[in-house]
Amino acid sequence: MADYLNTLIRAVEDADSSLLLQEAVKNLAASHLEGAIPTLIASLSYNNPGAAVAAVDGLIQIGEPAVPALLELLDLHNYTARAWAIRALAGIGDPRGLVTLLGAATADFALSVRRAAARGLGMMKWHWFPNNELLEIAQAEAMDALLFVAQEDDEWVVRYSAVVGLQFLADAVAVTYPEWRSQILSQFEQIAVKDDSWAVKARVLLAQQHLEKQTAIEQQQTLDDRPSPLSSMDWQKIMEDLYGRKGQERQVFAEGDPRRYQKLAVAIAENSDE
Amino acid sequence: MENKANIQDDSQLTVEQAIANLQGEDLGLRVYAAWWLGRFRVDAPEAIDVLITALEDEDDRTNAGGYPLRRNAARALGKLGEKRAVPALVRALECSDFYVREAAAQSLEMLGDTSCIQRLIDLLNDKVPGTLPAPEPPQLAQPFDAIIEALGTLGAIDAIGVIAEFLEHPIPRIQYAAARAMYQLTSEPTQLSNQYGDRLIQALANNDLQLRRTVLSDLGAIGYLPAADAIAQTLAENSLKLIALKGLLEKQLQQTTPPDLSAGAIKVMQLMDALL
Repeated sequence: MADYLNTLIRAVEDADSSLLLQEAVKNLAASHLEGAIPTLIASLSYNNPGAAVAAVDGLIQIGEPAVPALLELLDLHNYTARAWAIRALAGIGDPRGLVTLLGAATADFALSVRRAAARGLGMMKWHWFPNNELLEIAQAEAMDALLFVAQEDDEWVVRYSAVVGLQFLADAVAVTYPEWRSQILSQFEQIAVKDDSWAVKARVLLAQQHLEKQTAIEQQQTLDDRPSPLSSMDWQKIMEDLYGRKGQERQVFAEGDPRRYQKLAVAIAENSDE
Repeated sequence: MENKANIQDDSQLTVEQAIANLQGEDLGLRVYAAWWLGRFRVDAPEAIDVLITALEDEDDRTNAGGYPLRRNAARALGKLGEKRAVPALVRALECSDFYVREAAAQSLEMLGDTSCIQRLIDLLNDKVPGTLPAPEPPQLAQPFDAIIEALGTLGAIDAIGVIAEFLEHPIPRIQYAAARAMYQLTSEPTQLSNQYGDRLIQALANNDLQLRRTVLSDLGAIGYLPAADAIAQTLAENSLKLIALKGLLEKQLQQTTPPDLSAGAIKVMQLMDALL
């Protein structure tokens, strides 16, 4: 197995044309081996879109073991690599990417990044969240961001993507917060009337039809029931980032908000490593 | 293309300033102002007026004799949706500069006014005196692909005979433009028109990325539903695939009344969702 992996990695390192690189990255990505992660991550910085697409696909398949390395890459200054890393995080749906996706969906200047982040926000692995309070804050932030993007983004494809994200989010909150689901549906009605892109309107129609058909009970079943691999440290960081984001959004804190977060921080630190 | 940092700098230009710059002394500022008016879709009457005047500019020339300001003005006028520009653009089809003619044909296509059809056919037959070929190899006599695409969009049924000849043109891009136009001009979807659409699907397997991009845009323009899966699978940027699929979706939406969605529309949206 190790030999097999090494051969694939060497093929990426030795590739001397953009086509060969693309092929080599594609083969490495198809291995779905965790040992491929560093090389796949490096491929995001090569300024070869074909290779980057294959690497993103591979990283999404590998899933959460790739997340720490992706988050590290986000700290660097290579913008193109950042954009690909955000796309991979969006595809994986790992909660550690949540705050990054919130920022990317609403404010990134590349439309392909906003587009991927918006879809990712709707498809976050919500069932991994350790308690309802943090889940509520995270889903509320995601909904705020997606409603904003669905109505305000200049690019039709980003608004389209936010509608897709909202459809998934509406499913996710159907049982816990039915009033949010109603709020999403009523925003859909407005978008269906006022958006000037037929593609966006049509996607709203499809989302409405889906949500009408789907009953709350059906949505209870989660497709992916693997347990959360996140540690209490991870959750604390996610929570602090969310808190920081709220602080930036509102110069004046809503009453009670900061304390609520602090209590939550303590609760998570004490309980969530099982 | 996706760099908003540039766009923000551009926004510092005002409409008044751009219109003034277009009439000013600085040639660089003039070319830029023409681009800017199109980019930000400034359709104020004064903007249209100065752009139409710029189509006859003589001051700005390249070494090869091209007219950069005229090119940008012609491109901008297509984006502004003002049919008043049509006669001036038809005159621009007679310009010696290949790229002015190309921009004018594209803009006439966007404006959708059929009064230019005869002139476009003359140009396709290379019967407009004084027009010079493209300055670089293969030195095409005319911007055939732009002309053919315009004729297809404008529904120029009279041009079917001459366009059909371009299906065998040595340059693939021009063959594809002909296939696209033939699909549009053979009216109702039939086996005959689908054979042209299918030809474009086959072209998505071409080894040249640039050609695949061209074909994606052709398939989006004609909204050819049988191409949906091939579009989703071809090797190209997701952004371009999404734009092409949007063309297919819009075509499907024309065939039903909301809230009805055809099976084709739903399928296309499912493919789009996976490319986000």
